[in-house]
Amino acid sequence: MSNVVINIDGKEIETQEGEFILNAARANDIFIPAICYLTRCSPTLACRICLVEADGKQVYACNAKAKDGMNITTSTENIEKEKRAIMEVYDVNHPLQCGVCDQSGECELQNYTLEIGVDSQNYTVKDVDRSSHDWGHLHYDPGLCIVCERCVTACKDMIGDNSLKTIARGADALEAEFKESMPKDAYAMWNKLNKSVIGLTNGTDVLDCTSCGECAAVCPVGALVDTQFMYKSNAWELTQIPATCSHCSAGCQISYDVKHTSIENPEDKIYRVMNEWNYVSLCGAGRYGFDYENRDVVKDEVAFSNAIEAFKKADTINFTSTITNEEAYILEKLKDKFGYKLVNEEARSFQTFLKDYSEVSGTTLYGSDLKESMNSNFIVTVGTAIKTDNPNARYSLNNSLTVNKGAALYFHPVADPVVDGMSKNILSINHKPLQEETALYLILDLFADKSKLPTDIVEYLASFHSMKTVTVTETIKEKVVTVVKEMKVNEETGEEEEVEVEKSKMAPKKVSKEVEVDDNRLISMLGMKDDFNEVLAKFMKKKDSFSLIVGPDLYNHPNSKNLARLVALVEKYSKFELVMIPTLTNTLGVALINELSCEAGSNSIGYNTKGDFVLSALGDGDLDMPAINQQEGTLTSINKRVNPTNAALSYGGYTLNDIANALGLSVENTIDYTLELGNVTGFEAIAFDDLPDYYTNAGEEIRGFGLTSTSVATTDDSVEKIDEALMLENDIIYLANPVRQFTDFTKVTTNLDEESGIYMSAEALEKSEYSAGESVKVKTANGELTAKIISDNKIAGNIVVLPTFDSKLNSEALVDGYRFATASIQKV
Amino acid sequence: MEQFNNRNVAEGGYYLVDIEDYPTDGWGKFKRVVKRSFKGELFVGLWVVLREMIRFDIHTISYPEEKMPIGPRYRAIHEMKRLWESDTERCIGCGLCEKICISDCIRMDTKIDEESRKEVSEYTINLGRCIFCGYCAEVCPELAITHGGEYENASDQREHFVEYADMLTPLDTMKANAQKEFDGFGAITPHEDERVKKTPLSY
Repeated sequence: MSNVVINIDGKEIETQEGEFILNAARANDIFIPAICYLTRCSPTLACRICLVEADGKQVYACNAKAKDGMNITTSTENIEKEKRAIMEVYDVNHPLQCGVCDQSGECELQNYTLEIGVDSQNYTVKDVDRSSHDWGHLHYDPGLCIVCERCVTACKDMIGDNSLKTIARGADALEAEFKESMPKDAYAMWNKLNKSVIGLTNGTDVLDCTSCGECAAVCPVGALVDTQFMYKSNAWELTQIPATCSHCSAGCQISYDVKHTSIENPEDKIYRVMNEWNYVSLCGAGRYGFDYENRDVVKDEVAFSNAIEAFKKADTINFTSTITNEEAYILEKLKDKFGYKLVNEEARSFQTFLKDYSEVSGTTLYGSDLKESMNSNFIVTVGTAIKTDNPNARYSLNNSLTVNKGAALYFHPVADPVVDGMSKNILSINHKPLQEETALYLILDLFADKSKLPTDIVEYLASFHSMKTVTVTETIKEKVVTVVKEMKVNEETGEEEEVEVEKSKMAPKKVSKEVEVDDNRLISMLGMKDDFNEVLAKFMKKKDSFSLIVGPDLYNHPNSKNLARLVALVEKYSKFELVMIPTLTNTLGVALINELSCEAGSNSIGYNTKGDFVLSALGDGDLDMPAINQQEGTLTSINKRVNPTNAALSYGGYTLNDIANALGLSVENTIDYTLELGNVTGFEAIAFDDLPDYYTNAGEEIRGFGLTSTSVATTDDSVEKIDEALMLENDIIYLANPVRQFTDFTKVTTNLDEESGIYMSAEALEKSEYSAGESVKVKTANGELTAKIISDNKIAGNIVVLPTFDSKLNSEALVDGYRFATASIQKV
Repeated sequence: MEQFNNRNVAEGGYYLVDIEDYPTDGWGKFKRVVKRSFKGELFVGLWVVLREMIRFDIHTISYPEEKMPIGPRYRAIHEMKRLWESDTERCIGCGLCEKICISDCIRMDTKIDEESRKEVSEYTINLGRCIFCGYCAEVCPELAITHGGEYENASDQREHFVEYADMLTPLDTMKANAQKEFDGFGAITPHEDERVKKTPLSY
């Protein structure tokens, strides 16, 4: 990609070659109307309103690519006619119900109708019955729909559910005279629009998707709305509080839209969550899981003095990673002052993994982020149930597959229909649990630069290869000569007689051949079919940027140290850029800020987790704490950014800072520690109020600050060999959450109604002796639990999935760190 | 217009009024008091009162027993109108009155009702803040909120007059076909039909 200069309306603009004109214009504050285009997705060409003239030819700015020296005019007489006709067409039969429409005030149809100045209507067509549909968490009103297909595009190119499509409208054909009298593009747009509405791909009238609600967010009109928000508030009444989503490590920028609760209650309430959908896509938890605040808390002085007493007695603080960097820093300061042991097993395993990784890579942090993954065209994931561990990683994977025409390998023991449904060019390799090392060795073998890789590893990899003879059936074409008898008129006699004619033709013939091929035992060890090499060769065509995403399965793996070193080797000796998925919201921040202990002492404080004295933002502890939507602070995301978040709701109780102050630290507000975070390696010293939080028109993320990766001393590149016997067989459980659930904070929200229980894939449940809703007992070497079976069609295969979002279920007690375990399931 | 634009006071009938100078000394002031007291000007006014009393031509009204008629455009306490066809309330809960209100005294709560329609569950106007500007009536797309003629808004409770139910036209009035349309701000102007461009329809 090289830089080129184009000229739009007399303004010289520098952009990249092959960039869409629309994006180049937007990046330079030039307005070109566009309805159906979504940044980061492929152009839909449904609205046709982004017409511009490039070098004298009319093109669509959303799919015409910039070439050096291009001359672009955004407005000509004909373009203005087209735009006016297009907007008139969109207004044909559009109900005049702005008064009761939820989109009113932020409606692109309203905006463009006014912008283009449509004050009269010239077109007409008979309307058909377009009654509304209740699709579950979404409400679709085809009467309001302008069929821009943005929902379809977002679902296909960004989310990867492919749940929406256009279906036939069943309307009358347009009157023939319009074809003659109307501007050309407007007619073509209308002709297509009049034939379609949006429908579900599953053929039913209920959505069966991962319920992210992104389609409703991108809808320019009020056709697709969240059922929970319907008719609750007008857009202009809501105050937008910029924040960072606190549910997973993606750290998406969101805004909590707040307004007074009701006429009687002036307290603010969150009505919905909005996002800059051109630059960030949310998951269902981020969008619908917003009311997890700790409500109606007042300053309980008795509980507070008990807390101070408890802190004086305690020697350990147990905590989870759903806290801000500032709180983590307070804990670290308290640890320095009073010698507490800080215990957070999940963050400690990630911290250890990062440390082991940096011993080989020489850097404190992994080198890449999700944005780079999204822009790459070959992605490999290892050790993560990607759709639930970090939905944004899944969106990156899907976007790379669909928009960049990429390919991907998905190494994970649990089969995932959502991942398989993203594209034809993704191969799921459902290896046995504990075989992650083999997967990484295979990646090294396939992609590493063997001339640079240490010789002992090259030799070890070579030991898996052997030559074998296989019989290949080939089809070759052969000349076949046949003799046919034909009737011909004899020219001399004029009589018809029989003649023999030789005819030759090419006929296909199957031949078996014996050929010597390379046999890679790593492939069969992972349980893959023999055609893997062919599939991979097909996948690798025209691929130039590679991304490796690794996840939490590796951090708690018994051989996590070796895995960390292997991951570093892949990054070091191949073209792969590396991203690690931190386990929980701020696991990366905690791992960098806190010095964690592996063993707890005798008397503990629990912060949002178990302890002898419990501080809880969930409202069930001995002293209340604010939830993340009630406090200011920063959260560290997978993209190695420290993102600011603001308090959307008020909180009347004590905070961790109050306790720290009572114990001898002295700082007025928690966010005063933001500046002090500069003392931690990788962080910058910037005051909270100076942290920016926005996206530029060019899509650049200007939020908080990026962590800096520092160089550290390396050891040698040695790695341990594969223990081939190491794998789990038989009945296996896996700790992962259902879609839209992460922690107890997502569990308490009203809109996220996923149940806690034992998740079995629909197919496995059908084959088994159990039925959904039945209580069963799951028993492992570490413990047992009894819960209800839930049928889940978002997973496949036989592995039983136990959620971790419900701490009451205490599924973590069943495993020994590693997320998989062999288990037995019995009826109760 | 020409005669109004001419500001030359020298021409066009302007003249100085013959007004005596004010007295400056005590003697002058004393003389003025005596002159005014005994000239009998007082009895001019008294005579008018006496004359009209005898004639019984009385222009005052005995409020509150009697009330003056109020002009149709007068802006007193708000009313919520009902639809003529169905007697249901006209308000659709669009929130425009809430938005436009310059003294920020209107609030409404809306929700989705059983028939999936937008329903106004609560509606209040804080009359302590209302300045009766009429913007709410003007912006209302449904002619639902209007001003009425009820100007007697003294009460022992702040909430009086401003409950949604109190503002709505009573059903009895609807039954009697006695709901009055508001002619003031927001009302449809005469000959509106002739001025609107018609949207073509394929029916």
